Amino acid sequence: MRFVDEYRDAGRARALAGRIAESCRPGRRYTFMEVCGGHTHTIYKHGLEDHLPSEVNLVHGPGCPVCVIPMGRVDDAIHIARRPDVIMTSFGDMMRVPGGSGSFLDAKAAGADIRMVYSPLDALKIARANPDRRVVFMAIGFETTAPSTAMTVLRAAAEDLGNFSVFCNHVMIIPAIKAILDSPDLRLDGFIGPGHVSAVIGCRPYEFIARDYRKPLVVAGFEPLDILTSVHMLLGQLAEGRCEVENQYTRVVPWDGNRIALSAMGQVMRLRPHFEWRGLGFIAHSALAMADDYAAFDAERVFDLPGLRVADPKSCQCGEVLKGVLKPWECKVFGTACTPETPIGTCMVSSEGACAAYYNFGRFSREQISAAAREPREASRP
Amino acid sequence: MIREQQVLDRIERMRRRKPVVREERITLAHGAGGKATQTLIEAVFLEAFRNPMLAPLDDGALVRLGDGPVAFTTDSYVVSPLFFPGGDIGDLAVNGTVNDLAMCGARPVHLSAGFILEEGFPVADLRRITASMAAAAAEAQVTIVTGDTKVVQRGKADGCYVTTAGVGVVEQPVTLSASGARPGDAVIVSGPIGAHGAAIMLARDDFGIEAAITSDTAPLHAIVADLIKALPRHVRTLRDATRGGVATVLNEVARASEVAVVLQEDQVPVHPEVTGVCELLGLDPLYVACEGRFVAVVDGEHAGEALDTLRAHPLGAEAAIVGTVAADPPGLVLLRTAFGGTRVVDVLVGDPLPRIC
Repeated sequence: MRFVDEYRDAGRARALAGRIAESCRPGRRYTFMEVCGGHTHTIYKHGLEDHLPSEVNLVHGPGCPVCVIPMGRVDDAIHIARRPDVIMTSFGDMMRVPGGSGSFLDAKAAGADIRMVYSPLDALKIARANPDRRVVFMAIGFETTAPSTAMTVLRAAAEDLGNFSVFCNHVMIIPAIKAILDSPDLRLDGFIGPGHVSAVIGCRPYEFIARDYRKPLVVAGFEPLDILTSVHMLLGQLAEGRCEVENQYTRVVPWDGNRIALSAMGQVMRLRPHFEWRGLGFIAHSALAMADDYAAFDAERVFDLPGLRVADPKSCQCGEVLKGVLKPWECKVFGTACTPETPIGTCMVSSEGACAAYYNFGRFSREQISAAAREPREASRP
Repeated sequence: MIREQQVLDRIERMRRRKPVVREERITLAHGAGGKATQTLIEAVFLEAFRNPMLAPLDDGALVRLGDGPVAFTTDSYVVSPLFFPGGDIGDLAVNGTVNDLAMCGARPVHLSAGFILEEGFPVADLRRITASMAAAAAEAQVTIVTGDTKVVQRGKADGCYVTTAGVGVVEQPVTLSASGARPGDAVIVSGPIGAHGAAIMLARDDFGIEAAITSDTAPLHAIVADLIKALPRHVRTLRDATRGGVATVLNEVARASEVAVVLQEDQVPVHPEVTGVCELLGLDPLYVACEGRFVAVVDGEHAGEALDTLRAHPLGAEAAIVGTVAADPPGLVLLRTAFGGTRVVDVLVGDPLPRIC
């Protein structure tokens, strides 16, 4: 497939892997965090770690939209969805995220009208088609998805659509990265920066990471060769003693971001004083709510919400996984009490969650399979 | 690494435990063909009906009636939309049951057809469906010999549901079972995968994507008969890759046979349009349903012969050897990615696409 295959070429990957191995100082460990869940997914889906030398260790960051949703917000959304006059709409990833008492999937099976959409504009379509029902869009995600929510609200306002509202859970990546940098648990050598978030916010917001924390960051694309290239760029910076923000994903990310998207967000949304992140706790100025001018489209004001904070289950170590302190399999309940089928923690739900990615794609010992999987392809015929 | 291995062993033990349905209500995931479906079948249906003919949970059962073994199977169809590029619920219902019989190594003979119709359903649509059932039955050389009709109030069903059952005769005694795979065997798919699922997705018109994809629905009994005739003693397992796709079928084989299946991603045939749609929607073609493709596990020594036999049939022109069976790690399907890495291909959780068949 054009525009994709060239970024998945095994020959180029092997060549790059050789250069990466050469860039490592023998005996030194390099720990890089890929901030974005999309990167985590790519790494596991393509088996990218097979191309990395043992010196390079990738840890998975907090950039998985559903992973950071606290249980109380899921309960609030289900509370809205249970009203007979409401159609709740949501991305598919949200359906299995556990709240304090079940998930969307459970609420749907018990009679709530919850529908999966691929875009907030689909929710708007449902609102137009059902004027006698109140349609709520469960908005989640970082700056990647916030602009599309904002544009949808602007469209709803222009059409004067009175039966549409947004339950806004949009969060921002920079405060999360800062929380991780300030966390005493973790020693990182650099960041693989999120590609799609950066397409909106640009590269400048990361400059403090290089300047104040002395960590290099490379904004990376989502194909496996993009990530390998970014690892090579990070190693290059470290070898040359540089700490900079670099952009590997120039085919998508402009240095200054997308002004139209940012201005739509600025118009429709406002900064929350603080917001709870699953596993990370409350982070100041880290999330968006609907602006006062758009209160009519704000589900938090349209509906009465319990708004109860629900503590994470004691056994769940999603926080440590989100901060990169624990590898998914090091969590006490990983793969036993917590599986993609019956997730306790959010990291096990989304295909971008580190635990789900590891469970679904990486749950084997590389030593054990090396013999079986690396046999020459005697079975294949041209 | 030792600790990681311990974790993996612990998980494996968990996965081998008796399945339990924890949900209080049926969710769409229970019908998706993945983990939840497996659990429901084993914990509710097998638990209630347990007997030696049901227990292997193959596509159909082999029962003894009179002289020889007879294959018997049933399947219900709730596909939405009812009409889609390349087929409709009618030929799907005939081909699906014909194929389940074929996967038992049987020659399909007779079918039944049950209809659940919603009040208000257009008779013209029903005629269209029955016409395509008749055509599919003629092509598969089966006769629809009995049937049933029920009508429910408007809103209590979605248009038309069809249930077919079928019997077939086993003329060439073969031992086919999901538990028959052995290390050294080859894994073959009979053609490009994922077209049915992709066609249904596009036919629903939820995504605004246009592509020339038609369902692969087709009767497989003839091509399967060719394969069994050519290699009566070397075909271990046959499965049609319907809900849950090739990945789900191979997981069933790996689990039942206690072997590892190692796939080569770049050998798996997928039409570029299907790859494109899957890429856009974040789906993996390995999990997308086919209705006219099957997976065969054959003795590795005879893999070339099996491939030549399949390719000689029009439905198998693009058949390919996609992987091998290995001893370790038992129960897992591994994929050597085109990028040069290795990953697990697990049973799907959740339902990416309800009502695909």
